[in-house]
Amino acid sequence: MRLTVDGQSFDIDADPEMPLLWALRDLIGKTGPKFGCGIAACGACTVHVDGQPVRSCSLPVGQATGAITTIEGIGTPGKLHPVQQAWLEEQVAQCGYCQAGQIMSAVALLDEVADPTDADIDNAMGGNLCRCGTYPKIRAAIKKAAVLKTAGL
Amino acid sequence: MASVGKIARRSFLIGAAAIAGGVAVGYYYYRKPYPNPLESDLATGEATFNPYVKIGADNTITIVAPRAEMGQGISTTLAVMVAEELDVGLDQVKVEHGPASYAYYNAAILEEGGPFAFFDESMTAEAVRSGLGVVGKFLALQGTGGSASTRDGFNKMRQAGAAARQMLIAAAAQKLGVAAADLETANGSILHKASGKSLTYGKVAANAAAMAPPAEVRLKDKADWKLLGKPQKRIDMLAKVTGAPIFGIDVRLPDMLYGTVKMSPRFWSKPVSADLAKAEKMPGVIRIVPLETNYGHGFGIIAENTWAAFKAAEAIDAQWAEPEYPPDSAAIAGVLKQALGAEDSAMRDNGDVAKAFAGAPREKIIEANYAVPYLAHATMEPMNATARLKDGLLDIWCGNQAPTLVRQLCANVLGIEQDRVTVHTTFMGGGFGRRVEMDYALCAALMAKAAEGRPVKVTWTREEDMRHDAYRPAAVGKFRARLGDDGLPVAVDMTIASPSVIAGTLRRLFPSISPIGPDKTIVDGAYDQPYTIPNYRVSAIAAPVTIPVGSWRSVGSSINGFFHEGFLDEIAVAGKTDPIALRKTLMAAYPAAVAVVEKVAAMAKWDEALPPGKARGMAFSLSFGSWVGEIVQVADTPAGIRIEKVWIAADVGTALDPGIIEAQLISAAIYGLSAAMGQEITFADGMVEQSNFHDFDAMRIFQCPAFEVAILENFHKMGGVGEIGTPPAAPALANAIFALTGKRIRTLPLSKAVAFA
Repeated sequence: MRLTVDGQSFDIDADPEMPLLWALRDLIGKTGPKFGCGIAACGACTVHVDGQPVRSCSLPVGQATGAITTIEGIGTPGKLHPVQQAWLEEQVAQCGYCQAGQIMSAVALLDEVADPTDADIDNAMGGNLCRCGTYPKIRAAIKKAAVLKTAGL
Repeated sequence: MASVGKIARRSFLIGAAAIAGGVAVGYYYYRKPYPNPLESDLATGEATFNPYVKIGADNTITIVAPRAEMGQGISTTLAVMVAEELDVGLDQVKVEHGPASYAYYNAAILEEGGPFAFFDESMTAEAVRSGLGVVGKFLALQGTGGSASTRDGFNKMRQAGAAARQMLIAAAAQKLGVAAADLETANGSILHKASGKSLTYGKVAANAAAMAPPAEVRLKDKADWKLLGKPQKRIDMLAKVTGAPIFGIDVRLPDMLYGTVKMSPRFWSKPVSADLAKAEKMPGVIRIVPLETNYGHGFGIIAENTWAAFKAAEAIDAQWAEPEYPPDSAAIAGVLKQALGAEDSAMRDNGDVAKAFAGAPREKIIEANYAVPYLAHATMEPMNATARLKDGLLDIWCGNQAPTLVRQLCANVLGIEQDRVTVHTTFMGGGFGRRVEMDYALCAALMAKAAEGRPVKVTWTREEDMRHDAYRPAAVGKFRARLGDDGLPVAVDMTIASPSVIAGTLRRLFPSISPIGPDKTIVDGAYDQPYTIPNYRVSAIAAPVTIPVGSWRSVGSSINGFFHEGFLDEIAVAGKTDPIALRKTLMAAYPAAVAVVEKVAAMAKWDEALPPGKARGMAFSLSFGSWVGEIVQVADTPAGIRIEKVWIAADVGTALDPGIIEAQLISAAIYGLSAAMGQEITFADGMVEQSNFHDFDAMRIFQCPAFEVAILENFHKMGGVGEIGTPPAAPALANAIFALTGKRIRTLPLSKAVAFA
């Protein structure tokens, strides 16, 4: 089975029923997407498949036929994505475990809506749980990221 | 407060300190420092000054921040303490957690373990505090908890930085042939102004570290702080926004195997029968081993990947023995209710409560019963650990709140010496008290024994994590008050029953020790509040239910904040006094408390009326040495009650990083509101009924209110930060709902009585 992840091709030998998350983490070594619940209830495992946010813990790897993007594919410490930059400037993370998923949901939101309202943010981010309660900063960072992204920063 | 005489007649539980056999070993030994654990593991050209500072010849400066980073920002604040005195910028240093070592014992974690309120500065209270600090040293518990890390580190981390700086200056003076007094330091360099000569710390580090540490260390005055007291950029933020592999669950080692556990769904029960055949034959499964630890019984599944292990765990067909505790929530509630009638221990007994109630007119008496459920921690990162046992040496990687305990208990379970164990403490995807427990480390260590020298990463499913916690205990409280003609309480009598967190923790971590005396965590947050009421009694009863209970963010105060402040709101309503005015009157002897209440009331414009359909509630709690007032505003909407805004005022004595403190106050309030709104762990047939976030959810972004926070520094002693926002959250919300609807809800979660938008 061949997967395209963060622009790279990987040949893996996996049960097609194995969730994409475990193929990424255990077989390919992409640990950015996190395991939180296994039932698409917390969003920690969010990645993009062809630009769409999906919960990789609940998508069988056999069905992940598009280009997969993880948190490791959107930016690097030297060249952050505007959403990561905004997260850094707003000092969003506490424990940080849910933040890869939060950021991937936010990136998908801003790809669709350049200047999201509070209601847009509520709708797009409601599936991403944070037990540290960083929601006020997540909201502020999404608004800042919208500005950074529009300005082409 | 309990008087000295009463204390002398009574033994009391001081957390795990009870196991140390007191302080009989003597003060001399206490003064002797533990050896510096960094000495045995230095890089080439690297020198160490003390357990907290390493400097390389290339001027790489490493600070060891030996407390668990679970999101609370402690690695940043501890590093700043050292950097401030070392005269280096935070961007110039590397910060490491460091090894498991007794040198990193936490003394402050036990200092408030005696039966005294934080504001009690009597000689007895201070003597016990200092005694318990000594116990902390003897236990050498390298622990993170009790909101104690900054209080524990504040002097010793600053002294470590200052001592290293003085040694570096002395070495530079020798090298340059000038007087030490003529040298200045900044940004990791030493400057001789008169000659313009300068040296980096790295250039003199080796010589400096060989010198004797200074006998006297002078610390900067607060007014001269450059970093402390100001918001800093967290040292872990870049890693956390780029998905870096910093958590235990991200550990990857050559030749690594994967695994999971299937523990008995009934706590402590052994398997009566188990059919492993089907699971063992599943693709990718390598081996299934029985597990037996102080946490109970079950099976460990070793496989080629985590998914294969999860599937095999599901396929194990096992029958488990009957539970040793009441099997369902109704039966447990019965035991708790019955316990309320058992003999109690008064942890506070002012005046004469019995006399004050005798002959009181019925209309002057108010009575109420309160109850809260069991709660899971539900950290975002499920429990996990990676272990490798090779050539008699155990290496274990895990996020944990007590590295020396990981070392000790893993050594015990494998029957090896502690010096054969190396603990690698990672960042934690949430802790909240859950990672004080050791089940993940013990299971991984036992599974490594069956892995023929290969490392095994063992990951709990969310269901396994939710159903095998050390839960925040359920509790019930019986309250009565007698009001005076002025509406103020003349007498308040509170009796609280709950399974003992201390007894539960000892059973898991130190089973050879029998708990003695009452467990004050049962009444923490109720007996130690800064109110003056002429007749005021608060009593604790340990209820005999042995479902595992442990420390859950703010521990007893998570229960008693709701009980005490809900009942005080009832007193205000019955006595026709304003809840803010009532508190200010009763708190008059404690100016720090009054200031917090006044501040939060001003922020929320408490005196201004709200439009119909909106209401506010307030609560106050003193916990972990900090004074916190919260006001919650709710609105009635067609979809249910919406929490619109929360105001928090907190006096932490000295605020070392206002940015992190604000984030923690909001975090802890959301943690408390999440539980108050909808969380409960219930039992049927001896098993936990909830399993995942669909039936044990927490607040989501669309429910999250706006926050406004004020940090005060009035009190003369520093308080904790990580837990203090939780206790007032639930009662402030419940009191707001009463103000909105007239419905007094005395049982959590509130969702049983009202709907939330």
